[in-house]
Amino acid sequence: MRIVISSIVKLTRWSWLLIVILLAYRFLSSGLSTPSLSQGLEPTRFISSLGKTQQHDGLGATIHSSTGEEWSIPEVQEINRSISVLDEIYLKDLKEAELQRADHADWLTVCRRLSLALVGSGISLEEIRNLEQLPQKEREETHLQNLLLDSRHHHYWAERWARYLVGTDGGQFITYRRRRFRIWLAEVISENVPYDQIVHDLLTAEGLWTDRPEVNFYTATFDSNDGNADPVRLAARTARVFLGLRIDCLQCHDDFLGNVNLGDANELREGKQQDFHQLAAFFTAAKTNGLQGIKSGTCDYSYQYLDETEEITVNPKVPYGEDLVGTETNPRHQLASWITHPENQQSARSAVSHVWTLLYGKPMGEAVDNLPLDETVHPLLDALAKDFIDHGFDIRRLITVITGLQAFRVDSRADFQVTEEHEFHYAVFPLTQLRPEQVAGSIIQASRIKKTDRDSSLLLQFQKLIATNEFVERFGDRGEDEFDSEHVTITQRLLMMNGKMVHESIESNPILNTTGHLAMFAQDDEMVIHSAYLCTLNRYPTEVEQERFSQRLRDADDRGKAIEDLMWVLTNSSELTWNH
Amino acid sequence: MDFATRKALRHAGDHRISRRNLLGAAGSGSILCTISRAFAEEDANPEPSGTKAKNVILLWLEGGPSQWETFDPHPNSRYSGEASAIRTRVPDLMISELLPQTAEIMHHATLIRSLTSKEGDHERAVYNIKSGFRPDPTLIHPSIGAVICHENEEAAELPRHISIVPQNSPGVGGFLGAKYDAFKINDPAQPVPDIENRVSQERNSQRIDDLYSIVETEFQRGRLRKLEMERTLHKTATDAALKMMSSEQLDAFDISKESLKLRNSFGDSSFGRGCLAAVRLIESGTRCVEVTLGGWDSHITNHTLQAAGCKTLDPALASLINLLKERDLLDSTLVICGGEFGRTPRINPAEGRDHWPHGFSMFLAGCGIGKGKVYGATDPEPNPNAANTLAHVEKPVTISDLHATIYTALGISPHLEYQTPIGRPIKRSEGQPIKQILS
Repeated sequence: MRIVISSIVKLTRWSWLLIVILLAYRFLSSGLSTPSLSQGLEPTRFISSLGKTQQHDGLGATIHSSTGEEWSIPEVQEINRSISVLDEIYLKDLKEAELQRADHADWLTVCRRLSLALVGSGISLEEIRNLEQLPQKEREETHLQNLLLDSRHHHYWAERWARYLVGTDGGQFITYRRRRFRIWLAEVISENVPYDQIVHDLLTAEGLWTDRPEVNFYTATFDSNDGNADPVRLAARTARVFLGLRIDCLQCHDDFLGNVNLGDANELREGKQQDFHQLAAFFTAAKTNGLQGIKSGTCDYSYQYLDETEEITVNPKVPYGEDLVGTETNPRHQLASWITHPENQQSARSAVSHVWTLLYGKPMGEAVDNLPLDETVHPLLDALAKDFIDHGFDIRRLITVITGLQAFRVDSRADFQVTEEHEFHYAVFPLTQLRPEQVAGSIIQASRIKKTDRDSSLLLQFQKLIATNEFVERFGDRGEDEFDSEHVTITQRLLMMNGKMVHESIESNPILNTTGHLAMFAQDDEMVIHSAYLCTLNRYPTEVEQERFSQRLRDADDRGKAIEDLMWVLTNSSELTWNH
Repeated sequence: MDFATRKALRHAGDHRISRRNLLGAAGSGSILCTISRAFAEEDANPEPSGTKAKNVILLWLEGGPSQWETFDPHPNSRYSGEASAIRTRVPDLMISELLPQTAEIMHHATLIRSLTSKEGDHERAVYNIKSGFRPDPTLIHPSIGAVICHENEEAAELPRHISIVPQNSPGVGGFLGAKYDAFKINDPAQPVPDIENRVSQERNSQRIDDLYSIVETEFQRGRLRKLEMERTLHKTATDAALKMMSSEQLDAFDISKESLKLRNSFGDSSFGRGCLAAVRLIESGTRCVEVTLGGWDSHITNHTLQAAGCKTLDPALASLINLLKERDLLDSTLVICGGEFGRTPRINPAEGRDHWPHGFSMFLAGCGIGKGKVYGATDPEPNPNAANTLAHVEKPVTISDLHATIYTALGISPHLEYQTPIGRPIKRSEGQPIKQILS
């Protein structure tokens, strides 16, 4: 009997060991071979009968509504109609500019753009392998819709939005909780709360900064106004973020350079100091009420204008479109309703501009928040704004429409001479340097076969957080100005060539990184090179590249080090650190 | 980019463009062509021989040093606390007893004792003092080091703007561009970060070869014309980084090359070592070095914290001035020492002093600055609740005036007008230079 029991125990132990080994092997080798459909991503169903896909691989997938439910066929048809209308405007602009257009980019390039824009890193090999199981025309849309429902996207965009809503400064220690604010944003993005509702909630926020995270929009300015909401900073912030207007100069003087035109939409005039301070006056209705946080009160704002001898009382007034102001008695509610009024197209232009900039890595015009009332910044802007309003300020739909445009799908290279003018008109996809957190995210993702998200191990998430923070700090965080055009610096090159994060990412590590996986499990050199390129640059190597690195691997005394060198080269390339 | 800018850029393609055009074009990313041109012109336009380049060493006292315990002590007054004063090499000038070595070099320096600002929050005040402008959500202003480097483009193996032991606010290029951001290093006792190859030279060369002969070539195919020079500057920056990695001038970071006696004279602290490295870096062609010393935010136990700060500051500052003088660099190097604001006259119940931007001190010495002077004064017993915060300050100096004075001392026009990337005109400084401070 004892022998039988002992045998059962031994058998159980060996079985467990075998299971562990099999699971470990499955983890280690995942992504290196073609997966079955049952692995990983479940491909979404497609509605190919809508016809759009035949034209330019536009929207063809079943897409999800705000609740994550699939949209109805009429809704999908409406999205396709929007894309068609906008594409016509885009093509007309190219024709008028007499510019040739590049071809449609390959699906991997488009998917990389989507990942960079929506989750801040390149695509994982795991995701690529899963997408490869789908018909080619369905891959881009499937990837987009999967990303929109991915928590990585909600948290990544929450940080980007937090930057332009409250900045990156620490603010006052007790009264400002930026993290709470960011998590709240992630929640509203996850739930796809309509844009007008978000704006309204921010501007009319009341309560304590911990219980009502949106209140931090106000408390972020406490540090410059002795523990109270700073009407001047809030006016400047509101003008830029929600109105797309840079009227900061009006704080000190009238516009004498012809840069700011305000007033009636049909009869614009030069901006005046009053315009800025009347907008600021709205925010004096946000009163600090001790431990109860922010509460509503009456406006009490006075200011001494330039060349005046004394302060005068300033009453709240909007800088243009006064006929859209409602009858609310609460000044902040009045302002919020005016900003989100369906006829206040400038506000929708501003929202579109911010979403567009996050998706393309560059603004439609010169700056994300400089959309003069009387200027056509880009032919697509007004049409997109109208479409956004007409469809209930639905952010997820807006993303789907913008990324469905031919402008987003076009290649960044062409067989004609590419100039900045081609980029300006999106005849080619514009080349933009990735922001530091995107570079860090791409390096970390490239060093893993599977996608790194909130389902990854806690250790990996912790390592990612620490490494990203260190890297971004060294690389140079541009704070709120993260979309300003830049170029590569010496510090950045030193960090990429010799830095700790890149070194640890490419150093052969059988448990945690791509280099180790490739050295242990790739069948041959071709598989090594293909997988390395897919992990880092999200594309297949060219023949020349294949040949060079095959030779390097063949000639190497130490194959592991040769793979490290390959990963170093790809990680250090412009291609990894630029969107294209 | 608007069509006017593009037109200006086409013009720029054929001729050397003005700085106004240059900055106007910057907003569209086309500043790169100017930068790349600057790289190309570096060798062609070396600094005229015989002209001594002007430099800045900023000793940044982060947290807000107390003027009472440093440069404006008011001994035996109602608010002097435990602070006492000592004589200096300048007749009638007394400073805190906590700075005995500094007292011996005050004949090389000028003290401003009447700085005033409107910023009492650390983050905003630091921005204010380092850039000369109050924080503005619309743009980031460049700090002094960035302005100097932008004014004088020149070839160098080492970065020309360096921040040693930076805490929360190393110098930035702001709207002039990240190219002018300070290169950050830690305690000079440690190696420069990321400067060492992690693989053999042979292996590194092969990596670089594969990168540029294969992968970068493929990336450029069919893309924007002059991608490298007009957009990425990837190879340009890599070449500069490789040059720095192999530069003999890296020795400038290595203070162990100096005698033990000299090193000891700066004190055993990262700040002291940073000050010594600053001199070596200036000798090697760096234009602005910022060395940070934190720990001055003394809301509690003010005297203890200020005394600890002074203990580190005193030997480093005095030795720095002496070494610059000894190496004939003081006339061409402006040393600035101070923090974001001063501290209150009144000592709080926790024996601390709180933030006080209404009359505090700044130490200036060297290039273009008068010697043995004091400008402005504060009332030893001000009314902290007075409505007019300037009432107790004699000859108040604004932060803008301070910057205008610094630029003038460096031979740089303070009133030059930049155009920001969005075409907004911004003066280099909105203040007026104070002639009495200049030499």
